[in-house]
Amino acid sequence: MNRIRRNPDFIELTRSRKAFGWTLTIIMLLIYYGYIGLVAYQKPLIARPLFGSITVGLVLGIGVILSAIILTGIYVLRANGKFDELSRRVVAESARTGAPAGVL
Amino acid sequence: MRRIAIGLFLLLASTAAQAAGPLDAGTRQATNWTAIGMFAGFVALTMGITYWAAGRTKTTSDFYTAGGGITGFQNGVAIAGDYMSAASFLGISALFYTFGYDGLIYAIGFLVGWPIIMFLMAEPLRNLGRFTFADVVSYRLQQTPIRAMAATGTLVTVAFYLIAQMVGAGQLIELLFGLDYQYAVVAVGVLMIVYVTFGGMIATTWVQIIKAALLLSGATLISILVLSKFNFSVSDFLAKAIEVHPKHDAIMLPGPQVANPISAISLGIALMFGTAGLPHILMRFFTVSDAKEARKSVFWATTFIGYFYLLTFIIGFGAIVLVSTNPEYLDAKGALLGGGNMPAIHLAHAVGGDVMKGFISAVAFATILAVVSGLTLSGASAVSHDLYASVFRRGMVSDGSEVRVSKITTVVLGVVAIVLGIAFKNINVAFMVGLAFAIAASANFPVLLLSMLWKGLTTRGAFLGGFTGLIGAVGLTVLSPGIWVSVLGNPAGSAPFPYTSPAIFTMPAAFIVCWLVSTLDRSASANAERAAYEAQYVRSETGIGAEGAAAH
Repeated sequence: MNRIRRNPDFIELTRSRKAFGWTLTIIMLLIYYGYIGLVAYQKPLIARPLFGSITVGLVLGIGVILSAIILTGIYVLRANGKFDELSRRVVAESARTGAPAGVL
Repeated sequence: MRRIAIGLFLLLASTAAQAAGPLDAGTRQATNWTAIGMFAGFVALTMGITYWAAGRTKTTSDFYTAGGGITGFQNGVAIAGDYMSAASFLGISALFYTFGYDGLIYAIGFLVGWPIIMFLMAEPLRNLGRFTFADVVSYRLQQTPIRAMAATGTLVTVAFYLIAQMVGAGQLIELLFGLDYQYAVVAVGVLMIVYVTFGGMIATTWVQIIKAALLLSGATLISILVLSKFNFSVSDFLAKAIEVHPKHDAIMLPGPQVANPISAISLGIALMFGTAGLPHILMRFFTVSDAKEARKSVFWATTFIGYFYLLTFIIGFGAIVLVSTNPEYLDAKGALLGGGNMPAIHLAHAVGGDVMKGFISAVAFATILAVVSGLTLSGASAVSHDLYASVFRRGMVSDGSEVRVSKITTVVLGVVAIVLGIAFKNINVAFMVGLAFAIAASANFPVLLLSMLWKGLTTRGAFLGGFTGLIGAVGLTVLSPGIWVSVLGNPAGSAPFPYTSPAIFTMPAAFIVCWLVSTLDRSASANAERAAYEAQYVRSETGIGAEGAAAH
């Protein structure tokens, strides 16, 4: 286990995944509570027409929904590439050096 | 503030409004044979699946988690199905219909918890757990107190949610099919018991997937038919809705739902983080083979749920245009036939005739059935896996007897749900659902998150923190106007706790108690638990040693 803890790939994996996960979390919270703030305190802006009868609030609301989908998509793409590669190397390294999986 | 709660959990809320007295004969629909025929088709199909699933359900792992053999995409659809309850479909489209823009605020509140689950929880959850979220919390803590605490949180959440669904189901079915309330509740309870006891998680998941596919296709078709009447010009469509709605331009303005910022934010917290503490949702993460599939399931779930809420927007506004203007759907006073939850059903009739209405009614029934099945399975697993196998038998238990206890519990929960569903026919269902989300956010979520991400969490901290959230959420809800005034009959304005949802206070309180007690805990066992975090951390990050898919 200590061998895994000291494995540079493991350190890189956990460090970069934590930074990435929290960054996206903060972006999502800012988008959501920013939107709620506008809804609570900027009501006239929300109802202002933008294209024909389509209002600012409608575009913003649909934007929040799409941003949730896009952010989870970005996470999956990054995780399937970089994080899975690092994770695969860590697992392979631990199997090679004979750390019994059951002990972990 | 009552309006906020009512607006939020709409279906349930307006059934609650009707719950002031038994439904009068005038609101009830004639027996709808098209709908009953289509629903019979759905039941026949899902019984076939249950029979097939029963043959593949051999081990505890098959029973609780479909042997880890569900793919990320399938699981994403099933999670979306758990989320697209009758309350969401009928309730949120009704919210758009009645209040206009406010519907969007709620739809978004329900959705935004999912990205957070993805970024912080999905993968460690899959890597550490086997069957229940208590597996994760008790990974390095003491089994007995932690599992007892987590199982209590699970059962309380499930109980409130289940009663709400049963009462909502009975009233909805009475409206849609013209069946008596009691028969409707018994039918839901019995079918659910059959799915879960014979087919376990495999049947429960496939029932949920089929229902989600039916609901999404039906809602898509209705939306296309609505927009086709405006040559797919969204602007013309909205202009017409603004023209015919009694509030006109004001339907594009945020309305009464956000009038009180503290209640609105508190409810937002309950929705956002409650999702991450609902036991039947958390259990779904153990049905996939590994962390990679868990992460894919959240992506697909978020996509389908987001898409679904966009459809409810079109359906709600479509009903303003096509239902509110048609006397066929209104009573003498101009109110909707069948009550406030009916816009989506009437709209189905307006664009697709009796066949479409029958189809959507049958899907609404199927939705309730699928959701109560998942809830019951998560409650049964808390009893059999956490309480029976781990606490009472200390893990000295065979697969066979654990599954047997789980099936017995399923039957017991099913019967209890039927009895409570009938007994609580007149309860204010909105508060049941609100309480379920608030408890999930206060009792389950903080402990689960800290157990995965914070090295310092100890048994004492988790135990006291979890119960702080649980008792706090239940207690403050009893003291809130919804129970204190509406149920207990105290004078208006006398409620000791003035807000609708307690989550804004009880969720932080649970976090603080977990942190404070854990930090002050200097016992030898606490030191051992902190030291054990290293091994847990390696497994949660890499999946080394985690349960994989079993022979599928």
